[in-house]
Amino acid sequence: MSPPLLELRDLSKTFGSVEALTDVDFEVQPGEVMALVGDNGAGKSTLIKCVAGIHPADRGEFFFEGRPVSIHGPKDAGQLGIEVVYQDLALCDNLDVVQNMFLGRETNTFQILNEAAMEQRTAATLKSLAVTTISSIRQPVATLSGGQRQSVAVAKAVQWNSKLVILDEPTAALGVAQTEQVLALVRRLGEQGLGVVLISHNLHDVFETADRITVLRLGRNVGVFDRRTTTQQVVVEAITAGKPTKVAGIPATAAAQA
Amino acid sequence: MSTADVVGPDRPKPMEEEQLPTGFAGLYARARFNLRTGNLGPLPIIVGLLVVVLLFKFTATNFFTATNFVNLITESAGTAMLAFGVVFVLLLGEIDLSIGYLAGIGALTVAELQLPGSGHQMNGLLAMVIAVAVCAAIGAIQGSIVALVGVPSFVVTLGGFLIWQGVILNTLEQRGTIIIQDRWINYTDAYLFSPLGGYLIAAVIAVLYPLSVLYKRITARGTHIAQVNLWAFIARSVSVAGVAFGAVAICNHAVVIVTHLGLPLAGVIVVFFFIVLTFLAKWTTFGRHVYAVGGNAEAARRAGINVARIRILVFTISGATAGIGGIIFAAQVNSVALTFPPGNLLLNAIASAVIGGVSLFGGRGEVRGALLGAVLIGTLQNGLNTLSVSNGWIYIVTGLVLLGAVTLDTVAVRLQARSGR
Repeated sequence: MSPPLLELRDLSKTFGSVEALTDVDFEVQPGEVMALVGDNGAGKSTLIKCVAGIHPADRGEFFFEGRPVSIHGPKDAGQLGIEVVYQDLALCDNLDVVQNMFLGRETNTFQILNEAAMEQRTAATLKSLAVTTISSIRQPVATLSGGQRQSVAVAKAVQWNSKLVILDEPTAALGVAQTEQVLALVRRLGEQGLGVVLISHNLHDVFETADRITVLRLGRNVGVFDRRTTTQQVVVEAITAGKPTKVAGIPATAAAQA
Repeated sequence: MSTADVVGPDRPKPMEEEQLPTGFAGLYARARFNLRTGNLGPLPIIVGLLVVVLLFKFTATNFFTATNFVNLITESAGTAMLAFGVVFVLLLGEIDLSIGYLAGIGALTVAELQLPGSGHQMNGLLAMVIAVAVCAAIGAIQGSIVALVGVPSFVVTLGGFLIWQGVILNTLEQRGTIIIQDRWINYTDAYLFSPLGGYLIAAVIAVLYPLSVLYKRITARGTHIAQVNLWAFIARSVSVAGVAFGAVAICNHAVVIVTHLGLPLAGVIVVFFFIVLTFLAKWTTFGRHVYAVGGNAEAARRAGINVARIRILVFTISGATAGIGGIIFAAQVNSVALTFPPGNLLLNAIASAVIGGVSLFGGRGEVRGALLGAVLIGTLQNGLNTLSVSNGWIYIVTGLVLLGAVTLDTVAVRLQARSGR
């Protein structure tokens, strides 16, 4: 088996006296949708922010495609090919779809925008992801539906040859139909060979989309489950009452999760 | 679920605009569509301007004359320059209250540097460059306090408002009025082009506009932005050419006693900066980032845009345009006195941009709005002056127009929101 796309070992992060993450292990294979679940305060968002370079981790090892790497800022993550789609989307409502897709990485010659190139590439990207609901890519993002906006945010993340896409609660604010639309897009990212990390509270979404499920509880690993061999019941138990698989000083517990 | 039905329940809602026919029918349909959805662009302000001009034509004796037209251009030029800077600041969702007295600093600097016998007299052109640089630097410092320290721009520039007013008072109370004799500086207001020179400038503008549209159309073949309604394009090009040549023709016919006037340089300076700043806002990466920061600063930051840099640069632009405007105002009276800046310069400049449709909340508006707004306010105040109306009434009318324009804009935005644009 090839090395994982992203592997974290013994990741720890404290905010003051609060231990947000303690010795957490995490991995994603290429082409895999890995769900990251846990109750509020389990450390999901902190884990993601460590990977995205927003909060540097206190301790822990990062491996990307088998190589040890260090991530000190969002730029480092971007260079490795890690993109994050945040819960609040981070789109500019006053700009159109093309302008948002290229925000911060505009195609230009001597600072003069090359609108045609950007528009063509946006159209191609959306087509390759089968995002066909957007009738005009020159309409302001403010006029799009929630699902369309989420699709734009995801497309924006994947168009830069990214290898790992992290989605933070992508369906939290969406209706049923739009949720389906976004989940299909998530699956398609996996089919195209990207590694996907899906953070969600909604186990229905997780079981519909993910290949494997990592459960965190109170900042510690509780387990990694294969979607095909587990049930929602088991995962819910792990989320609410799971025992840490790794406790400092007892290395043997690490083997339990395998 | 196959990939194709991701469209699923959220079926594509065809944009009406996309289906509009081409040609004349398209022009009519597009106009109706825009009217219905409240996407009026600069139309209300142009109509307002025509109404104001007609009103004064029939009420004020000295308003509708070629000479007054030249006056109108030189009077509005300074305000328009300041308003250009205001557009960029408002696009960020910030405010710059210091520009009125910053214009005074520009005027004071240029007056001081050209002063014969002061020991530091220099060429007027160099003096102007230094004065604008000083104002830009002040803008950069104020912008840095906003962007890097995080003090609200209202407070920083209110501080600037008081500080630069104080500096001007301190200097001029001691020195009295400083007379500007340097011809280059005075030219910024009073230089008049020969009739031929004026027409040549009009010709450049008349050619530049359609070329810029055609350039976009050709380089972006096959994309949405290249879709231009031919008749709308022709109508606009003809209007631009008509306004340019018409304005120059009126200026060329202006006569004071026996001296023939012509196109004033102040007007050309304004049009030059209008073109440069429109290019900056609409065609460059910097301009795109200004709109992005104004629309959603957090999104811009996450997209890797250096938000602090954009903010500092915008306040630098605001300082520089204020300095240029200040020089034009000083050249108008060939001096800098304690009465500087004239009238309600700061508020007129902000009102110009706002009347021109620039949102106070950031992310929405265009440079051309400031130009149209400044022309409208200039025309209004000039017309009321020729009617010998008291200053009080001039303020009241300006205030009512500001209120009316912004109310109309707010209603239009609500219409747009309802129609899903």
